[in-house]
Amino acid sequence: MNSFLNLIGVDLSVLQGYGPLLLHGAWVTLKVAALSLLVSMALGLLGAAAKLSPLKLLNLPATVYTTLIRGVPDLVLMLLIFYSLQGWLSSLTEAMGLPYLEIDPFAAGIVTLGFIYGAYFTETFRGSILSVPRGQQEAAACFGLNRWQRFRFVVFPQMMRFALPSLGNNWLVLLKATALVSIIGLSDLVKVAQEAGKSTFNMLDFLLLAAALYLLITSVSNYVLRMLERRYNQGVRGMAR
Amino acid sequence: MIELIAEYWKSFLFSDGDTLTGLAMTLWLLVASIAMGFVLSLPLAILRVSRWGVLRWPVQLFTYVFRGTPLYIQLLICYSGIYGVAVVRSQPLLEAFFRDAMNCTLLAFTLNTCSYTVEIFAGAIRSIPYGEIEAAHAYGLRGWRLYLQLILPSALRRALPYYSNEVILMLHATSVAFTATIPDILKIARDANAATFMTFQAFGIAGLLYLVLSLGLVGAFRLAEKRWLSFLGPAQ
Amino acid sequence: MNIKWLTLPALALLCCTTGASAKEWKELRFGVDLSYPPFESSTADGGVQGFGVDLGNAICAELKLTCVWVSSDFDGLIPGLKAGKFDAVESSMTVTDARKKQIDFTDRLFAGPTAIVTRKDSGLLPTIESLRGKTIGYMQGTIQETYAKAKLGPGGVKLRAYQNQDQVYADLVNGRLDASIQDKLQAQMSFLKSPQGADFQNSEGISDPLVPSEIAIGIRKDDEELKGMLNAAIKALHVKGIYAQIQQKNFGDLDLYNN
Repeated sequence: MNSFLNLIGVDLSVLQGYGPLLLHGAWVTLKVAALSLLVSMALGLLGAAAKLSPLKLLNLPATVYTTLIRGVPDLVLMLLIFYSLQGWLSSLTEAMGLPYLEIDPFAAGIVTLGFIYGAYFTETFRGSILSVPRGQQEAAACFGLNRWQRFRFVVFPQMMRFALPSLGNNWLVLLKATALVSIIGLSDLVKVAQEAGKSTFNMLDFLLLAAALYLLITSVSNYVLRMLERRYNQGVRGMAR
Repeated sequence: MIELIAEYWKSFLFSDGDTLTGLAMTLWLLVASIAMGFVLSLPLAILRVSRWGVLRWPVQLFTYVFRGTPLYIQLLICYSGIYGVAVVRSQPLLEAFFRDAMNCTLLAFTLNTCSYTVEIFAGAIRSIPYGEIEAAHAYGLRGWRLYLQLILPSALRRALPYYSNEVILMLHATSVAFTATIPDILKIARDANAATFMTFQAFGIAGLLYLVLSLGLVGAFRLAEKRWLSFLGPAQ
Repeated sequence: MNIKWLTLPALALLCCTTGASAKEWKELRFGVDLSYPPFESSTADGGVQGFGVDLGNAICAELKLTCVWVSSDFDGLIPGLKAGKFDAVESSMTVTDARKKQIDFTDRLFAGPTAIVTRKDSGLLPTIESLRGKTIGYMQGTIQETYAKAKLGPGGVKLRAYQNQDQVYADLVNGRLDASIQDKLQAQMSFLKSPQGADFQNSEGISDPLVPSEIAIGIRKDDEELKGMLNAAIKALHVKGIYAQIQQKNFGDLDLYNN
């Protein structure tokens, strides 16, 4: 591997042995992003359902949730939740007599990012559910499908088509927001690059490398999203093609 | 809580005695980077929609890189990375520029917002109905006059909703400035937290300030849209 | 619902509630900020090392407990302690009145005066007059920050706060800072000993009520049991000569306890 890279002019020795550590950091970043995506999509579906519900009891908290989150910066929320979360959890477990539950930066990062981007996904899913023609739901009801079957077989596939561009956008923003998790102490790509740069007195190179890795992940994501859009847009007539 | 507000309200809002801090600093960062980013993005957006690849591709590369990497890394590169390079340190002009934390921060923020704005404006330029351009040609408008009198005003108006989103996102992004030693709202919140350990209150006040700013911006842009975008018809 | 099904969760709940009253000490969790060699820092393979760490491990050995080191940013230590993230804070934390309002402290662990690091040929003295117009840096949340904001800032010195000590030294080396203020020994043994610190010098210790030098282990208020255990262990370390051994290993002939 090394000889091949040397042949094409890439000298890995400049990494001074920090290569594996950087890749591990990139892996941590991906894990945080992916798990946060799952959490926020789940929260988004719940939130969208709440916002579309006619019940004021569900509607109002959901609206407050999305307005607050989208009005406050990610970092402020992250620090707030990170410092407060452990405290609340401790009081909760103490009150219930359960053993102490630790929250490490990894879990804290996922919970925080999931919570924050749940608000953005709520708006995404709300918009896309509204875009599915009402007639589809009515027709499905006529065929005797219950609420869950209606959602799974009729609404969801059609909703995904509308949601995909916004979903992709949210994923990219979430991916870049994971860089902030290094500020609350998680050893992700950014933190590892900083440590490596500090030890080897070569900060710029390692930061550029980290940036390049992010660019790689973003490009791959863009490609996957284009593929997904093509799959979900099958059979739909576009404009003036 | 009251003591926290009483002790820190001044720092949170405008100054802690010797430098600009808190809300005033955040607003300064926002206004400066948005203004510079806007000015830079106009010519770049025009290049971005050019017919000739040789004009298009450098701008495309610029937006690809700056939109594909996190702002935090860009800030770190500008602040910690560039200043450590020997070439920069040997040049007196570069050395003086990158020595100042504010310069580094504004550079990173400006380039970042510029890249997003270029894409927004390029999209808006492309979305102008061709009929308008044909009509302009019929009237003899060509070249830079066409751009100045038709394309730019029209594109800027159409871009307004998306640009307002970008400005608010930029406001949120300025919260990362404290890592480059700039005393913005979040830094004061951390100071208050470190001194009094009232975590929820300290960060809560910061969050509230950002919320007020965001809602203010949303309101301002809604007014702007009403003024400049109503020609596109009802049911916006 | 079958009654049999209820017995298992009921038993489990009973065990948990009765277990919660008597504290069975098996391990001692220390909160620590690892950016402060030679007191607390991380090793290449992710472990912990340093004078403070050695003392903490010795205390655990005395108390026959396993030591667990939980890493945190310095200004997250006290909130973390209060929240229960760890049982004690061992991170070269100085005992100040402001901190005593939030948490409790054991007896003295060692003493750490504050000093200012400047470039050798800069001619700068650790006085307000000398530093006026210059830029000084420090780590956020430390007593040095409090001192700088209270005394140096109003005197016309430009202040810069950093997230951790490494960043302070980085900017000191590349010229953004004219001086930095931190624990005297910490600078002496880590930065000034490194090749980067060859052109820098330490000042005399600053004596000011805002920068006291008593360093101890932080514990939650009302945690009398742990306080007693830790104080007894610290005393035992001195009596058994283990303290002197650790001090010798880390600092040679320097006396940190009576500094």
